[in-house]
Amino acid sequence: MGIRFILMVNKQGQTRLAQYYEWLTLEERRALEGEIVRKCLARNEQQCSFVEHRNYKIVYRRYASLFFLVGVDNDENELAILEFIHLLVETMDRHFGNVCELDIMFHLEKAHFMLEEMVMNGSVVETSKANILSPIQLMEKAS
Amino acid sequence: MGSQGGFYQSKEFLDLVKSIGEARSKAEEDRIVLGEIETLKRRISEPDIPKRKMKEYIIRLVYVEMLGHDASFGYIHAVKMTHDNSLLVKRTGYLAVTLFLNEDHDLIILIVNTIQKDLTSDNYLVVCAALNAVCKLINEETIPAVLPLVVELLAHPKEAVRKKAIMALHRFYQKSPSSVSHLLSNFRKRLCDNDPGVMGATLCPLFELITIDVNSYKDLVMSFVSILKQVAERRLPKAYDYHQMPAPFIQIKLLKILALLGSGDKQASENMYAVVGDIFKKCDSSSNIGNAVLYECICCVSTIYSNPKLLEFAADAISRFLKSDSHNLKYMGIDALGRLIKISPEIAEQHQLAVIDCLEDPDDTLKRKTLELLYKMTKSTNVEVIVDRMIDYMININDNHYKTEIASRCVELAEQFAPSNQWFIQTMNKVFMHAGDLVNTKVAHNLMRLIAEGFGEDDDTDSQLRSSAVESYLHILGESKLPSVFLQVICWVLGEYGTADGKYSASYITGKLCDVAEAYSSDETVKAYAVTALTKIYAFEIAAGRKVDMLPECQSLMEEFLASHSTDLQQRAYELQAVIGLDAHAVESIMPSDANCEDIEVDKNLSFLTGYIQDSIENGAQPYIPENERSGMLKISNFRNQDHHETSAHSLRFEAYELPKQTVQSRIPLTSLASTEIVPVPEPIYVREIYQTTTVPSASSDAGSTELKLRLDGVQKKWGRQTHSPATSTSSSTSQKTDNGITQVDGSNTSNSRTLETYDSRKQQVEITPEKQKLAASLFGGSSKSEKKPATGHKISKPSSHIVERSHVRKSSLEIASEKKASIQPPPDLLDFGEPTVNSAAPSVDPFKELEGLLEPTTQVDSAENHGSTAAATKSPDIMGLYTETPAGIYNKDDSDILSGLSNPPVRNMLGGTRSMQVAQSSKGRNLKNSLEKDALVRQMGVTPSSPNPNLFKDLLG
Repeated sequence: MGIRFILMVNKQGQTRLAQYYEWLTLEERRALEGEIVRKCLARNEQQCSFVEHRNYKIVYRRYASLFFLVGVDNDENELAILEFIHLLVETMDRHFGNVCELDIMFHLEKAHFMLEEMVMNGSVVETSKANILSPIQLMEKAS
Repeated sequence: MGSQGGFYQSKEFLDLVKSIGEARSKAEEDRIVLGEIETLKRRISEPDIPKRKMKEYIIRLVYVEMLGHDASFGYIHAVKMTHDNSLLVKRTGYLAVTLFLNEDHDLIILIVNTIQKDLTSDNYLVVCAALNAVCKLINEETIPAVLPLVVELLAHPKEAVRKKAIMALHRFYQKSPSSVSHLLSNFRKRLCDNDPGVMGATLCPLFELITIDVNSYKDLVMSFVSILKQVAERRLPKAYDYHQMPAPFIQIKLLKILALLGSGDKQASENMYAVVGDIFKKCDSSSNIGNAVLYECICCVSTIYSNPKLLEFAADAISRFLKSDSHNLKYMGIDALGRLIKISPEIAEQHQLAVIDCLEDPDDTLKRKTLELLYKMTKSTNVEVIVDRMIDYMININDNHYKTEIASRCVELAEQFAPSNQWFIQTMNKVFMHAGDLVNTKVAHNLMRLIAEGFGEDDDTDSQLRSSAVESYLHILGESKLPSVFLQVICWVLGEYGTADGKYSASYITGKLCDVAEAYSSDETVKAYAVTALTKIYAFEIAAGRKVDMLPECQSLMEEFLASHSTDLQQRAYELQAVIGLDAHAVESIMPSDANCEDIEVDKNLSFLTGYIQDSIENGAQPYIPENERSGMLKISNFRNQDHHETSAHSLRFEAYELPKQTVQSRIPLTSLASTEIVPVPEPIYVREIYQTTTVPSASSDAGSTELKLRLDGVQKKWGRQTHSPATSTSSSTSQKTDNGITQVDGSNTSNSRTLETYDSRKQQVEITPEKQKLAASLFGGSSKSEKKPATGHKISKPSSHIVERSHVRKSSLEIASEKKASIQPPPDLLDFGEPTVNSAAPSVDPFKELEGLLEPTTQVDSAENHGSTAAATKSPDIMGLYTETPAGIYNKDDSDILSGLSNPPVRNMLGGTRSMQVAQSSKGRNLKNSLEKDALVRQMGVTPSSPNPNLFKDLLG
């Protein structure tokens, strides 16, 4: 399965984007997000970017005030996931131009569309920025 | 806003996002969302809502759910939106539906039709949107509805469609392997797709298939190797490059697959050596992604048939990881080490100090990973140190999930490597005391069995084990609050062996047992254990011919239990009463001492009754006819029959009777289950009745299977829940070897540390190292016993060189840090810096800092834009590049200190206003249009960077 969920949460613990690749109820999601964010926020920058939580491993990375958290299975390559996060941010940056938290908030669906291109069934399926962004650009043109 | 097209956003939406963005607390956010729910409930069901408006409502619903509130009132509207003709609206509808609904939701049935239609659309983007939805919404039952369409799409001219179709098929395989079992060859076909994206995606399902069934895919080894080779030689389009690595994510996936295929297969592995070695050489170990691929190479090398050259590469890479300053790399290094030591155990020794550093690091993640490594390298020589460390760690954490895991690991190691009985008992005590309620009850029963059966060496050591257990338990009973499971063990052991060695009198032990029953009066199970233990003690006394005087507190306890609401407790109490009333001979035969391990032969045929039956028949009684031979009997008999053969031929069958029959059926297992719960104690009394299998022959089977066996075994088992299964014990106890090599190791340690003290004059290091040294020796020392003597000299010199090196590294990292501040260069590994903790500490400072940053770039506006475009176009957008290319030093300034922000004259702030903001915005975008739009948007909203949450504006990559 690989990736179980992708979260973007800011420093205040407010969720900015949440995508789950396995079904959790609203309550489960809320509890999970709370616990994970608390754990990750408590860590400093020297500590490693991985945290174990229940049966997940969380790989997280902070950009400005926004945390990108990816929950993965135990046998996933953590460093690769860390770079996957960076690829995601670079892709958003290419689309939005100096992407900031507000961009994601205003264009929540676009951010989701990018993720839909990059990850399916919990696996990374596309890493070419051009391929990830082309459907969104085409949709923009069409409407 | 017209240029935003379908991505149109109303003022209302912008206001909502703005207020959510500026909310300072969860409570405030909740208030906003609750208000929003009210608005949406009202609006969303109005007639004739324009599409765009509706799309916005749906996104607002997504917000509502994302922020933790129920938006189910709007699900149906999201479903309806998937019917729309406009691609963007449709895709948003699909997106919302996949976020809201799980695959078993009632509304899914309404979407299947739409999906079917969209899968045949002429517009490939519509097809893609539908395939995304297929992956999330189709369950086992609906697969047939879309399967033929998806299969057709595997040959679609557009690569994006083929890729998603493959993933949809992958999804079907995950949901219901049998539904696509005839289509698996498609995955092989798509591996040869012209498009690297489709090929890359196909690796995901193939990885899963190969995990399940390696042998069917051995023929693909050469294909995977050649793909990997092509990728590594940069034959893929540049678009797949990431930080100068050619398609690293595909490389990683391929390495994972090769690891599976090469595991234990010499021939397959030999085909891989060249390419894996090549990748080892090509990987750029200065970038994260390079190290990610390196790590995967190590994993691969440690799984496939080993090759000395590759192992050497792997060992080199690991030592680079471990020597790195980055915690991430250390973590990967520790993990990789854990994999490699399985093949070459000696490698751990070179890294002992690095491992100990990680073990003592305050970073919890790193510590856990290191404990995991230690767990993997435990031997009889270092088990004591390692288990001690694990228990120490276990005591100090609150996370129950991990506590349970580490407790069971401690138990496992202790059972496997215990150097002495004493140590074993003490270790188990610690585990039970600190994690008793978390460990599996099986562990407790294992422990009881182990104490009962001993280590199988000789009777002396066994009885020593028991005595030391009794001793330590009596001591522990003084502790205030003990976990229930542990108390059960204690009661059982005290009952069996409390008086066995004659050290403690029966009245002392019974007194203690009564104390337990009183102190934990709310725990029925513990009380039951205590009563039975009392029974045993009294029985042994009687059997030994001593006079039994029941303690007064025991008497009052029994009176209480005789009238207990728990029938189990009552029965036990009555049994105790009955036993006390019997004579020595009778007692001895029902409760022989130390006989809990004896085999019990059960006469299943009840032959001892033959005489009695014979007599009865002679006296005119009817002979017994087995139930199934009786015909024409009441159906009831059939109900009672646990086997319930449908075939048990009865000529008359009425459908109406099915219902009651079913309930009876389901009740039977229930009651038997319940009864096992009521009788939680593996009492010898019961056990002796039940043991049908002999202890010894079943040694190889595990506890689970014996339980199963018992379940099948007829009526008595109802009372004989057999928690104390004989099977596992023998297997674990026979493997037990007392091994004591520790003293020796210690000796060499002390000499080590002494020499060290004179060797190295630096105070601090000397202070730390001897301890570490000692730890290192006790952890790693045992690995090469024969080499112990020469190794000491080796060890002394090594750590000291290590120290020098480390201090050097430390110094240089400091230098780097100071340089960083001066030249505003980010560290290569930790990207995550943006804006440090300053902000939350002194929020009042923010606006100034912000403005200062915003004003600065004015001079750079033009160049920044140029810059932006070049940045996008440059071949090497690596991390460092991105940083140096960002137009303004805004955030780096933040980094440097608060003072610079404060020293800024506030006048600037007054001037600031809209102008500065505008400037900031225009300096922001890489492409002009975007930045203008963003600027306009922000102005429309009236959000300014000085508003409550300035972070919203931060460039994530800046």
